[in-house]
Amino acid sequence: MKLKITTLALGAVMAAGPVMADLVFPSLSYRTGPYAAGGIPFADGYADYFTLLNERDGGIGGVPTRVLECETGYNTEKGVECYESTKGEGSLVYQPLSTGITYQLIPKTTADDIPMHTMGYGRTSAKNGAVFSHTFNYPANYWDGASGAVNYLLEVNDGDISGKKIALVYHNSAYGKEPIRTLEGLAEKHGFELLLLPVDHPGQEQKSQWLQIRRERPDNVLMWGWGVMNQVAVQEAVNIRYPMENFIGIWWSGSENDVIAAGDGANGYKALTFHNVGSDFPVFDDIQQYVVDTGKAAGAGDQIGTVLYNRGLYAAMLAAEAAKTAQEIHGTADITPAMMRDGMEALDMNADKMAALGMPNFGPAFSVSCENHGGPALVGVTQWDASAQTWSLISDFKPTDAEILAPLIAEDSAAYAAEAGIEPQC
Amino acid sequence: MPDQLVFAMEITINGLMAGVLYALVALGFVLIYKASGIFNYAQGVMALFAAMTLVGIMNGQVPFAHLINAILGTKVHHFGWHVPALLAILVTVVVMIGLAWAVQVLVMRHLVNQEPIILFMATIGLAYFLEGLSDLMWGSELKALDVGLPQGINLWIDETTFEMFGYGFFIDNLDIVATIIAALLVTALIAFSQYTKQGRAMRAVADDHQAALSVGISLNFIWVLVWSLAGFVALVAGIMWGTKSGVQFSLSLIALKALPVLMLGGFTSIPGAIVGGLIIGVGEKLFEFLVGPLIGGATENWFAYVLALIFLVFRPQGLFGEKIIERV
Repeated sequence: MKLKITTLALGAVMAAGPVMADLVFPSLSYRTGPYAAGGIPFADGYADYFTLLNERDGGIGGVPTRVLECETGYNTEKGVECYESTKGEGSLVYQPLSTGITYQLIPKTTADDIPMHTMGYGRTSAKNGAVFSHTFNYPANYWDGASGAVNYLLEVNDGDISGKKIALVYHNSAYGKEPIRTLEGLAEKHGFELLLLPVDHPGQEQKSQWLQIRRERPDNVLMWGWGVMNQVAVQEAVNIRYPMENFIGIWWSGSENDVIAAGDGANGYKALTFHNVGSDFPVFDDIQQYVVDTGKAAGAGDQIGTVLYNRGLYAAMLAAEAAKTAQEIHGTADITPAMMRDGMEALDMNADKMAALGMPNFGPAFSVSCENHGGPALVGVTQWDASAQTWSLISDFKPTDAEILAPLIAEDSAAYAAEAGIEPQC
Repeated sequence: MPDQLVFAMEITINGLMAGVLYALVALGFVLIYKASGIFNYAQGVMALFAAMTLVGIMNGQVPFAHLINAILGTKVHHFGWHVPALLAILVTVVVMIGLAWAVQVLVMRHLVNQEPIILFMATIGLAYFLEGLSDLMWGSELKALDVGLPQGINLWIDETTFEMFGYGFFIDNLDIVATIIAALLVTALIAFSQYTKQGRAMRAVADDHQAALSVGISLNFIWVLVWSLAGFVALVAGIMWGTKSGVQFSLSLIALKALPVLMLGGFTSIPGAIVGGLIIGVGEKLFEFLVGPLIGGATENWFAYVLALIFLVFRPQGLFGEKIIERV
């Protein structure tokens, strides 16, 4: 009898306890709903990289990884539910993939001592690590995107864009409005005129905005769009014969999804980026060998090498490298979310490391610190070749305008610190 | 002529064209509501389903490929052929008729004589089911749709208006095609309902189900017919909108554009859907042009509903809807 009770108790403990053998990386994916076309490749890339690490290297530091996927449908409430239902599994770092979910999770992850990585989205001022201890947005954020676009225009205009007219076509939401303040500051600094053109969700009808662009003939058009808004905007630009090389989208407006529907007319369209594009990197050979050929590719396995797949792959690589850093700092392979946070804060992504991973120049070289959770903010530009059906990186990853951005980040993060009662650290 | 007036003329024409596209979606709602009293919440999703089916057939995509591969361990995605657009459209029409039959036999027939709200709820369920079915059958990725419709600026209009006003108007060739197709569609639907036996039976059912039943008209057949027609209209709307933005999940949201049109034109009038669409199209575009810049822009979505509400206050049945008479 005693033996039976002991056996039952042990069984219950084993069943109830977390699986300590795995390093858990939750994936708040959206494979369904209006934005599924963007969510699927990211989720596939994220999952495939961890599968590669398991199959090729036996995990990270000898510990297998486990991707815990939870479907959010790009819905904030579902995203929070996913967080609550997966955090007890030993989840090391969250990638909410939605600015709305990010805002909800900032206080929760901080309270639960779990780090969150919002790469190229989320709350921009989270770059200030002194206030946002558990949120990281390296290597770039929305405001970096705005500054990166203007820097690129300066570069192609011999450093002078005074008197130019630049239009911003943006999703009429908190996300779409993110770059406005930065662009207003940059307009004042560089002397260009800023024309603001909001587009209501979901963005299927943009005739008014593009007729205005046709009338006012801005020198350049920037776009902060997502989902169907991107495809319609590119098509409308083609329709009014706007020069595509003068049309630049943010990185969420720069995937294959956004240009394919417009056909050859989209040739020359540009988009900002914080990672490289295409599949001409050694890591893709390994993915083919260890993931695809073994039948372990995520999803249908048909997204490999697309822009958003690469973004998922890059996010996974940064998470894995932060986990390695955490293992080194704490001297244990079996890290906790708090240790993972330390690893992210000490992350150093240099060129040698990326080359060793089979991903040379896949992203900018950067390092993270307690004060700076956003890195040095290096932004590149890609361009679509409609005949080859490929995106190409046409600029280096270049620094953004800290003179304009730093005060805005300090102001916004100070407001959050006052609102949340946070004493800045570091 | 002052610039602003010329621009307003261009915007008015574009508003009319946009209105035709809204009306194409609204037509499907009207057909079903008129014949069965059901507000079909699934009409937008039917446009998505129709467009995805069309692209899937054109591209030789294997339906339910993910499911088949997951169950059987195979790796089939494409049949390896491409179907000409016209043939693919015909096959899609057959699929939409099949869907109409399934909806009638599996859902609506069991809800005869239920309250309108129950029927409405059933169409909400149908909408979500069709969304999932579309994903499962054809996948969630965005697909380009090219059935050979022209797109881009109409150069003749551009040059002619430039000679007249010193400013060339932008009119999209796709919008011109949509206008012609909508005109043909409405003419055909009106002719069908006026001059064919089935059309007259459809009108009889719309007037009084029980009286129609008593003279030997099959309600089942008429409702399958109506859902098939709505499916065909959804396919036309799906082709027009899908050509503009690619075929993707967001196509189902075009129903949002049809609601103010229905409020304004009435739920029971085919010409009402067209006129309502035109008024909404012109109204929202002109408002955005004249007032938008003063209040930060992005007025089109909400202004369409404000315009419809204003009409509702003075004419609750809509411009062309049947007059509401309550005898006490």
